[in-house]
Amino acid sequence: MASPTLSKTAPLRATASRRSHRTKVNRTFYWMVLPALVLFVVLHTVPTVTGMFFSLTNYAGYGEWSFVGLENYINLFQDDRVLSSYGFTFLFAVTTTIVVNVLSLFVAVLLNSKIKFQTAFRGIFFIPNVLSVLIVGYVFNYLLSNNLPLIGQALGIDWLSTSILANPDLAWLGIVGVTSWQSIAFSVIIYLAGLQTVPGELYEAASIDGASPWRQFRSITFPMISGFFTINMVLALKGFLQAFDQIVALTGGGPGTSTESVAMVIYRGGFQGGEYGYQMANSVVYLVVIVVLSLLQMRTLQRKEADF
Amino acid sequence: MSAVTSTPKAAAAPQSPAPASRRRKRRLDGANWPLTALVAVLSMTILIPLYFTVVTALKSPDQLGGTGFELPTSVHLENFSTAWTLTNFPNALLISSIVTVAAVVLTIATNSMVAYAIARNMHRPFFKGLYYFFIAALFVPFPIIMLPVTKETALLGLDNPVGLFLLYAVYGLSFNVFVYTAFIKSIPGELEEAAIMDGASVWTTFRKVIFPLLTPMNATVGILTCLWAWNDFLLPLVILSNPDTRTLPLVQYVFQSQFNTDYATAFASYLMALAPLLLVYLFAQRWVISGVMRGSIK
Repeated sequence: MASPTLSKTAPLRATASRRSHRTKVNRTFYWMVLPALVLFVVLHTVPTVTGMFFSLTNYAGYGEWSFVGLENYINLFQDDRVLSSYGFTFLFAVTTTIVVNVLSLFVAVLLNSKIKFQTAFRGIFFIPNVLSVLIVGYVFNYLLSNNLPLIGQALGIDWLSTSILANPDLAWLGIVGVTSWQSIAFSVIIYLAGLQTVPGELYEAASIDGASPWRQFRSITFPMISGFFTINMVLALKGFLQAFDQIVALTGGGPGTSTESVAMVIYRGGFQGGEYGYQMANSVVYLVVIVVLSLLQMRTLQRKEADF
Repeated sequence: MSAVTSTPKAAAAPQSPAPASRRRKRRLDGANWPLTALVAVLSMTILIPLYFTVVTALKSPDQLGGTGFELPTSVHLENFSTAWTLTNFPNALLISSIVTVAAVVLTIATNSMVAYAIARNMHRPFFKGLYYFFIAALFVPFPIIMLPVTKETALLGLDNPVGLFLLYAVYGLSFNVFVYTAFIKSIPGELEEAAIMDGASVWTTFRKVIFPLLTPMNATVGILTCLWAWNDFLLPLVILSNPDTRTLPLVQYVFQSQFNTDYATAFASYLMALAPLLLVYLFAQRWVISGVMRGSIK
């Protein structure tokens, strides 16, 4: 590929030997990626494509199947359980993304300021990230259903005096809270990494000019770390749209089906309900939703980024 | 040494307009105590639930009433031995450890190599295409493909711990190729050219020259893979067919559905499942955090 330019500079003989050398090099590079590529295609691409194929069938996960065209897709949009799972998942994912990013940005700025025991505190705030989401969910499940109501009763707060996880209107907030508790850890670390890229002189200059801390945050810190803000927002939203573990542990999708996420509906319908084909159609729609949302988010956020 | 040399300066300083600059310096060097207090209060939100988990695991069932935050009146370590036998803890610990270690080793060994080949050939359409092919898969979360993947792994005989760690190494490619390539691009090509001149093959160059230089990125990828493989729940839930090969999170799930009223034992079991990684983290804390930070900057 690069040989035309080479032949201009190097003598002919050298070109020939170098060219043969190059092809040999190439072959090793191909061998380096080939096994991984094959495995990736077999274990990721093939399932994606066969899944899309079966979304056009009435396959139950076993036995006979036949083509049904777009019937699964049409039915999806009339299925209350599926629609409400999308509603819950969006509400949960958007709320949690905002809560997590606001709080973790706040915590990161605090941790980056001149506090004592900085390393120790940083270490504490990262702990939730090394814990299993499922187990954290079980612990909080117990806390929220047994201990929090007692506190609510003692304080005479009506909505807190019973388990919020058993309340169809409030259960989602419990899931938002527990997910935030755990996810803030990772976002804080990314924001801290961002904050460390901001040169200290900027703040010195700003404080000489008499800028208030809030003004410094708005005009210096935030624009400088906007790239990290984008990463965090995109990763958080994408992660929360896939919520499964914490919901299994906290509510099991209940009360009723009020906190069933899309991933949960796919799992239950596909593995337990004999709805393989139907839930694959659901997966395809879900994929499109995630791709569209991520791209939209990246475009709008990147436009706001200071030349990053 | 340094103390001796700095004393005359310090002694000389207070003579001229130093007081003002000195005061400013003290403000810059000293810690901000009100903020420290605020951070300490905030860190309680992390520590209190952990404290709650520990004390609950130590109580007998009849001590569980009250607010739940009281210290146990008598310590009940038998919760741990009950949980140990009920969940067959040693077996789950072994499976989780094997899967995690194998996933980390396999991921670092293979993903770095793939990324190296891609990073050094980005000008070739095949490798560029491959790069975007892997990145595109970042948009395809696991729940979307879990039904067909489960069928396929059962068909290929991969519905076991071996299949599980293989899947972690393969699914990690998307993200890891992304971070490795960014890092490899920052390594100057001269090093490899020198090695090739000396007659080293591409393979040897990668192993002897590039791979050692990747150590910081290997640490980052290793940490993230370790956290993922150890704590993951959905992938083992759908892949593993044999109850004897359940990982730690999966065991908690099964335990929870079978003995959901015995909270003290359940909490002892949770604590045992959380402890190994938590202990590793306590000792390697600085290293883990800097590793994760490195991943986000690249």
